[in-house]
Amino acid sequence: MASEKEVKLLDFGVSPFGVRTRIALAEKEVEYEYKEEKNLNLGEKSELLLKSNPVHKKIPVLIHHDKPICESLIIVQYIDEVFPSKTPILPSDPYARALARFWADFVDKKISQYALRVWKLKKGEELEETKKELVENLRTLEAELGEKKYFGGEDFGLVDIAFVPFTSWFYSFQAFGLLSVEDEFPKLAAWGKRCIERKSVAKSLSEPKKLYEFLSARRKVLGVE
Amino acid sequence: MTFKPKNGTLQKQLAATFSLINTGASRPFHQTACVHISPKLKPEKRRMAEEKGVKLLDLWSSPFGQRCRIALAEKEVEYEYNEENLSDKSELLLKSNPIYKKIPVLIHDGKPVCESLIIVQYIDEVWPSKTPILPSDPYARAQARFWADYVDKKVYECGTRLWKLKGGEALQEAKEEFILILKTLEAELGDKKYFGGETFGLVDIALVPFTSWFYSYETYAGFSIEQECSKLVSWAKRCKERASVAKTLYEPKKIHEFVGHLRKKYGVE
Repeated sequence: MASEKEVKLLDFGVSPFGVRTRIALAEKEVEYEYKEEKNLNLGEKSELLLKSNPVHKKIPVLIHHDKPICESLIIVQYIDEVFPSKTPILPSDPYARALARFWADFVDKKISQYALRVWKLKKGEELEETKKELVENLRTLEAELGEKKYFGGEDFGLVDIAFVPFTSWFYSFQAFGLLSVEDEFPKLAAWGKRCIERKSVAKSLSEPKKLYEFLSARRKVLGVE
Repeated sequence: MTFKPKNGTLQKQLAATFSLINTGASRPFHQTACVHISPKLKPEKRRMAEEKGVKLLDLWSSPFGQRCRIALAEKEVEYEYNEENLSDKSELLLKSNPIYKKIPVLIHDGKPVCESLIIVQYIDEVWPSKTPILPSDPYARAQARFWADYVDKKVYECGTRLWKLKGGEALQEAKEEFILILKTLEAELGDKKYFGGETFGLVDIALVPFTSWFYSYETYAGFSIEQECSKLVSWAKRCKERASVAKTLYEPKKIHEFVGHLRKKYGVE
């Protein structure tokens, strides 16, 4: 097992990208030092963050033996390769791996930008467009899940890790009157509940009600409500 | 073998190529190793033969498609090349990539793989060879993925603005942004032979197809990449000494003709 000093994670509480890396580390039972970028939403970045991710200046950053790894899906794959376990995050078959990467990338390209923007927008055309994109893409994702237990089949894996952090936002989407995932995407809602039965997910996910409070406060500042 | 349009203006050649594809007549180009399925085969056997093997759905000028072609060439994989008409997408493309409906798509034994960097990693994993595209060390792999992802996030979008914008402040901004992107890449390259060090790999494959577009970027935005990033230009020359790159990339002047055609299409000129 890695000692605390060997592995550090630079993160910011509500970031779904950070949650991905926390889940992966928990799946592998890796001990690590968690460093919160406390004032990230005020635009303040620590020297360590700027030094570790000079290109994008973003969290999460995993620092392993003083070497930084950036970009959440790249970090998750790194964790999978460096800390092997009984439950690999990526399957061993190359085609299944390609599919896992494709759908994790789909979450990045087609879900995250809309999910992370929809709650910030005032009533109007942009809000309607963003909602529409989010709903369409969630529909596509739900079709890919189908009747499976997890996106990869029987095993919890990369795509589940990529998407499950966004389930913390479902409560807020409903509370803000934007979307009811439970009603419109029951398979995704059920999958989210299955994922949370895993320890790694339960202890890493942002608590939905706390997130709602955080997002509400931000909405007030932005003049959305 | 690279697709080399026949004599005549590029527009005529493109139109000719596309109409030939639409009529199902034999293609005017061939690839290194073209798998020919004889129409004389019985339907069942034909279907089986068609399901085995490697197909690439692509567009000749696409830098994303070229990444896949370079990777396949590096691994000496025989495949069938299908040129797509993007204004009239084939049923096979729509069926193989229903999510994005884009090229490139690699179809291996009937199973489609989409997104160029995912395709390249798949090729690397299925056909291991003396020269792997990704290194074996996990940290080096993470670094390779990071920089390939950087190319994906930055080069295409900014580069497109350089030839698509009519001019003025927006073009100036795009130029400055692009130079910064190239300088960032050049700093990462440093004095290494390739991005991965001694071995040609993922990041080189991700970036090198865009080097054929440098001449167009320079011409339309008014700057010199040689002046701004000479190490990157030397790196590009080294890459072109590899057979896989040399036979896949087009001459900058050919791309420039094509970009001129695109500019007319988008009403830039």
